[in-house]
Amino acid sequence: MSEYLHDFFDIPSDLQHSWFGLIGLHLREALLPVAAGLLLALPIAQLCVRFRWLYPPVLGLTTVLYAIPSLAFFVVLIDYTGQTELTVMIPLAVYSLVVLVPAIVDGVRSVPPETLAAATAMGFGPVRRYFQVQLPIAVPAIIAGLRVATVSSISLVSVGMLIGNQGALGNLLHDAQIYNRPELTWNSVITTALLAILVDALLVLVRVLLTPWMPSGRARRKPAPALEEAAR
Amino acid sequence: MNVLNFVHAFFSDSAHWQGYDGIPARLGEHVQYTLEALLLAAAIGLPIGLVTGHYGRGGNALSLVATAGRALPSFGLLVLMTTLLGFGMLPVMIPLVILAVPPILVTTYEAMRSVDPSPVDAARGMGMHESRILFQVELPVALPLILSGLRSAAIQIVSTATIAAYVSLGGLGRYIVDGLYQRNYEKVVGGATLVAVLALVTLALFWAAARVAVSPGVRRR
Repeated sequence: MSEYLHDFFDIPSDLQHSWFGLIGLHLREALLPVAAGLLLALPIAQLCVRFRWLYPPVLGLTTVLYAIPSLAFFVVLIDYTGQTELTVMIPLAVYSLVVLVPAIVDGVRSVPPETLAAATAMGFGPVRRYFQVQLPIAVPAIIAGLRVATVSSISLVSVGMLIGNQGALGNLLHDAQIYNRPELTWNSVITTALLAILVDALLVLVRVLLTPWMPSGRARRKPAPALEEAAR
Repeated sequence: MNVLNFVHAFFSDSAHWQGYDGIPARLGEHVQYTLEALLLAAAIGLPIGLVTGHYGRGGNALSLVATAGRALPSFGLLVLMTTLLGFGMLPVMIPLVILAVPPILVTTYEAMRSVDPSPVDAARGMGMHESRILFQVELPVALPLILSGLRSAAIQIVSTATIAAYVSLGGLGRYIVDGLYQRNYEKVVGGATLVAVLALVTLALFWAAARVAVSPGVRRR
């Protein structure tokens, strides 16, 4: 058993990283694009909320971008960015953007007009109103989008293995085959899945911390019809 | 534009249009993988999503299952399944179905939950049977969202089925993976273009399906 565990974490030297090094690399390749996507999505979403006519074409364009497969996207970029980390990160940033724009627009639009009117009546300017009223109320929707973007980003980094071993933990899959060591495949899958679940849980925690006025757990819902009947 | 030249060279070469490695054959394989995986995922995700959404129970359990399903890396899973089960269709189908079930499951549940309760109550008050309420009242209203869940599942399958080529299966990914190994850039870019076009066609098909299937009273805008 202990010998098996030793093999499990014995990373071949051609990867030039320890297990923890691969995890760090994987997180960097997955999370930097999501952060970049969020930075881009916030102003784009704000424009879409401000100018309503802008939203349908933006939504159409992003849906089309999302339809480009990651492997195809990576491969076409090689021509411009070479077989580097950047080639993996650019498509991931685009996918994050695509998931986040509708999430933020829906979140900001869900702010009740009375709340906005109250903020205006209290003398809030548009900028302050955005940062102190609209954005906080949109936090649950934004975090929901971030969760989907982050988890799929962590999963997709592995595909980077196919373009010059830029897949961080995914590179273990290649080594598992050339050295005939199946335990490395297990290592890659389990570590990547655990990483995704941990980051996801962290985002839920961030949401709970950022929205102290909401009940913990899932957002409150309308009671089920059966419950409504019982209450009558 | 380098890429455009490659695309032109790939598609104008008549050798790429025939035989077992020709575009029609590879396209057929890719469509076949996609349809099979989508049908399997829908057969799992739709009934569970419809029933749990109708009764409004089990939402937390569903989101847990969905998160776990999303967390599994498709590419890693594919290689793992091939190591365990050998080469074949099954090791390719498992990751594709695991990839596609969460979006179908979650959007179907959310779609059913977001149906306005008053017509449902009215139907129940008129003595409609629960199964008729589900299929004739809730389903038509929830349909646009359910279709959007199926659409994103289908697009993800089209995109991910390219990886099947890494474990010696066919499909359009063959051009990308083979091209990368042979350093035949023209082939790589041609394959990438074909997959992107197939994904866009899928998008268009779902748009058309929504136009046909969604009742005009439910359609927004």
